[in-house]
Amino acid sequence: MASYTVNTLAQQQAMLEKIGAESLDSLFTAVPDSLKLQRPLNLPLGKSEFAVAKKMKELASLNEVFSVILRGAGSEKHYIPSVVRQLSGREEFVTAYTPYQSELSQGILQTIFEFQTGICELTGMDASNASVYDGASAVAEAVNMTIDRKRTVVLLPDNLHPHTLTTVKTYTHWSNIELKTIKTLNGRIDVASLKEALSETSACLVIQNPNFYGLIENVSELSAVVHAAGAKVIVSSNPMTLGVLKSPREAGADIAVGEAQPLGMSMAFGGPYLGYMATVTELVRRLPGRIVGQSLDLDGKRAFTLTLQAREQHIRREKASSSICSNQAHCALIAGMYLAAMGPVGLREVAIQSSSKAHYLAEQLASIGFKLRYDGPFFHEFVTDGPLTSVTVENALHKRGILSGLPLGKNGMLWCCTETVSKHDIDRTILILKEVLA
Amino acid sequence: MSELIYEKSRPGRITVTLDELDVKQVDFSEDLLRQTPLRLPQIAEIDLVRHYIELSRNAFGVDNGFYPLGSCTMKYNPRLNEECAALEGFTQIHPLQPISTVQGALRAMELLSESLCEITGMNAFTLQPSAGAHGEFTGMLMIHAYHAHRNDLKRTKVIVPDSAHGTNPASAAMAGYQVISVASNSEGGVDLDALKELLNDEVAALMLTNPNTLGLFDPNIEEISRLVHAAGGLVYYDGANLNAIMGIARPGDMGFDVVHLNLHKTFSTPHGGGGPGSGPVGCKSSLISYLPQGSLIKHNGEFSFVTNTPESIGRMRSFYGNFLTNIRALTYILSLGSDGLKDTSLQAVLNANYMMAGLADLYPVSYPGPCMHEFVVSLQKLKDETGVSAKDISKALLDFGIHPPTMYFPSIVHEALMIEPTETESKETLDHAINVLRELHALAYRNPEEILNAPTTTPIRRVDDVLAARHPILKYNFE
Amino acid sequence: MEQLYFTATHEWVKFLDEKTAQIGISDFAQHALGDIVYVNLPDVGDNVGSATRFGDVESVKAVSDLISPVSGKVSETNEVLLDSPEKLNSDPMNTWIMKVTGDFDKKGLLTPKEYTVLIAQAK
Repeated sequence: MASYTVNTLAQQQAMLEKIGAESLDSLFTAVPDSLKLQRPLNLPLGKSEFAVAKKMKELASLNEVFSVILRGAGSEKHYIPSVVRQLSGREEFVTAYTPYQSELSQGILQTIFEFQTGICELTGMDASNASVYDGASAVAEAVNMTIDRKRTVVLLPDNLHPHTLTTVKTYTHWSNIELKTIKTLNGRIDVASLKEALSETSACLVIQNPNFYGLIENVSELSAVVHAAGAKVIVSSNPMTLGVLKSPREAGADIAVGEAQPLGMSMAFGGPYLGYMATVTELVRRLPGRIVGQSLDLDGKRAFTLTLQAREQHIRREKASSSICSNQAHCALIAGMYLAAMGPVGLREVAIQSSSKAHYLAEQLASIGFKLRYDGPFFHEFVTDGPLTSVTVENALHKRGILSGLPLGKNGMLWCCTETVSKHDIDRTILILKEVLA
Repeated sequence: MSELIYEKSRPGRITVTLDELDVKQVDFSEDLLRQTPLRLPQIAEIDLVRHYIELSRNAFGVDNGFYPLGSCTMKYNPRLNEECAALEGFTQIHPLQPISTVQGALRAMELLSESLCEITGMNAFTLQPSAGAHGEFTGMLMIHAYHAHRNDLKRTKVIVPDSAHGTNPASAAMAGYQVISVASNSEGGVDLDALKELLNDEVAALMLTNPNTLGLFDPNIEEISRLVHAAGGLVYYDGANLNAIMGIARPGDMGFDVVHLNLHKTFSTPHGGGGPGSGPVGCKSSLISYLPQGSLIKHNGEFSFVTNTPESIGRMRSFYGNFLTNIRALTYILSLGSDGLKDTSLQAVLNANYMMAGLADLYPVSYPGPCMHEFVVSLQKLKDETGVSAKDISKALLDFGIHPPTMYFPSIVHEALMIEPTETESKETLDHAINVLRELHALAYRNPEEILNAPTTTPIRRVDDVLAARHPILKYNFE
Repeated sequence: MEQLYFTATHEWVKFLDEKTAQIGISDFAQHALGDIVYVNLPDVGDNVGSATRFGDVESVKAVSDLISPVSGKVSETNEVLLDSPEKLNSDPMNTWIMKVTGDFDKKGLLTPKEYTVLIAQAK
């Protein structure tokens, strides 16, 4: 048993004496006998660290780690700088609690403030919160920020990530929010369909940019249309793309959210990830979750503190807009470190390389008959319809250690490239598929 | 005063470089491109490293010292957990890989779910919720779906004790419920008469923590569940205080229909400065069909995930939850085993009672009798007689390198301090903390000014929260 | 023709004329709330009901509902409070929060004398 309890039996005895209790069991008299478990838990006994490590390694080895990954769809393999991994692992960062005690936590508070600043820089927004669970729930929370008494209709294009769409539906199911689907044309939001759907009861339009199919939306045009109808624009972006693409703020967004896993977190089978939420000054007090602000201490020194807490659940309780308490703080620390380690030049380079390699892959695939499903600019993800079924493609590449794009229906595939994919990997992929076609 | 990393930025400095681009660079049209400069830090690696090392010195983790935060269960975070969560076979797998290639991950999730079922007495678990509050929201949605499915649409209310954590009513409200409060009795438990008056066919559920937020086990819990069930409602368990009863009693046996757990409390996953946590939700068989999409299921020995079934509440987020956090919890459970988990709860309760015994004569405990894994003291008398409040004592503790207990919660106790030592602290650590608190008590009467002036040894002292809230500065000002 | 009244929930109302009322919070209220950091104002055009919540006031660690003394329609809100909520602390009786128009029913409102008695009992 690798127990992390500390006191010897002799010490426990001394403690019981001080308490005036006969035995450990006597401390549990409040638990009725009818509820006391009369048997040990039906679990194996505790194991040594050696045995547990062995077991966990066994489990890990039953998973296949692909050397080349051409799949994105909400989770991406990017290079994680060694400083990020090492520094984020410092025990003070890992084992600290939420920084409610400002005097003790200036380091933590500052890392959050720096993360908030980084997110604002990427998105062009005035303020950011300290994170929410992930990108999908960030969209759901953002939608909530735009609702008022008259405006309760939320416009959702069907080219959002399917998990995002479902999460928004789940979050809003019991509220008075009405969800309206906006049709897409050739993979992107159809402006005519949008204009038809807008009314004085519209609260917001959610735009994922680049969208689920990797296509770049015309956010500026869409924002103008939405604003003319008095509604708000929420843009959900992969923050890596913002190293190159127009920021949500520049394009007219009121709220910028998204999945920040690409900023230094491993794919990790889906989590922990990082939802970010940033917005314009007028909407700051509608942001859910923790926010760090700058202030002064008793001696006039700059100091950071959790602020605007009167929005949150521990104060507003059932009147809070969100119940969120624990967030993804350590992941936000990682993202802040990643942004600092990459800098504007590095992040831009990641975006340029990811998109360039994706375009090279698309070109090469087209040359062997995998046609781009949609026209219009895409960033680092794109959809093809192939001469082979998606299952065939996936299997053929799998045999050679490559994770293909995500199958979309019988012949479709959503491909993704990041800076970790080399020209050689792409050429090899094409060769493999050529073999199958032959 | 620490400079921000943005203040250390110098144009042209670089930490990370990538390989040369080996394909043609794609040209996007000008109207798609970013026009405003991206003012991220430009900093050399050595300066980056020093920056974060300095910041880490101004942080206080369980690894640094005693952390008796009531309701948070700040126990030791085992290093083995970190090693296992860093295994490439866990970190380098894509969530949408073919199921056949991630059998290890799925088996790990299954093992964790099964263990949690046994520990809590529930029939199924979803590992998707990413925090306790997320789990509460999930559970309340499942309850709402359950009643809706039975066409029982009158049930619009959820009962929450006046001592409950704020996330309880907030989560119930998010799930579309009106929240009504039930009073606590003189022993700190649910007032049965008050509860009976509130129960009717409009009540969907009662949310409870047991032991409650006063650190007391409600001996009437079976009667409470019975009453709620008889009125047609369901009973929801907030698992924040599970550390007191593992291997001793189980919420499933107490009559709870849905539970959430806090892996970052009871199951030793680290708090990370505020997250990530993990809030798995367990339920009885009658509610399994409402579990969210992305929950693991097994059929004929084969793993798959809940998909778009009509009863499922949908999704709480993308993918399957905080997988690496869940791996840490599994590592912990495998290490402790049935014997270690029970010992954990026994020692947690022993440590709390020991601290209480060492302080009760000076710091009045809100309710009599043995406590469970935490206890609440009231400093109202101290404040009335010396002017020194719970907040002041907390600030004074900072000078002794002890993280303060939870302050001003639950709100039904005035000038409250909630103390939870956890099982991973030694008698010496507890003795030291007891002595410090006793000294501070004496000091409050002898020379209150000294405490009102605290802390004096921390890098900054008493931040102006009013200024921060009136004139929010929420990011670095580049101008 | 200003008439000043109070509520048991510590708001004051000044009737500027038959159909216009100004609403604020009392000195007792601002003192109990501590440093006010934000005021959630209603929207102009909103309908407010007597004895019902029309907004709230935030301090660092608490939120307090504002209860309307009268029924009517919000004609103006004091936007100065968005930038300077501290005015409610420093000059509560002269810092109005909203103006309401309507046909007012003064039943249930307290005269300044009655209010003084109420708060004396509270201490």
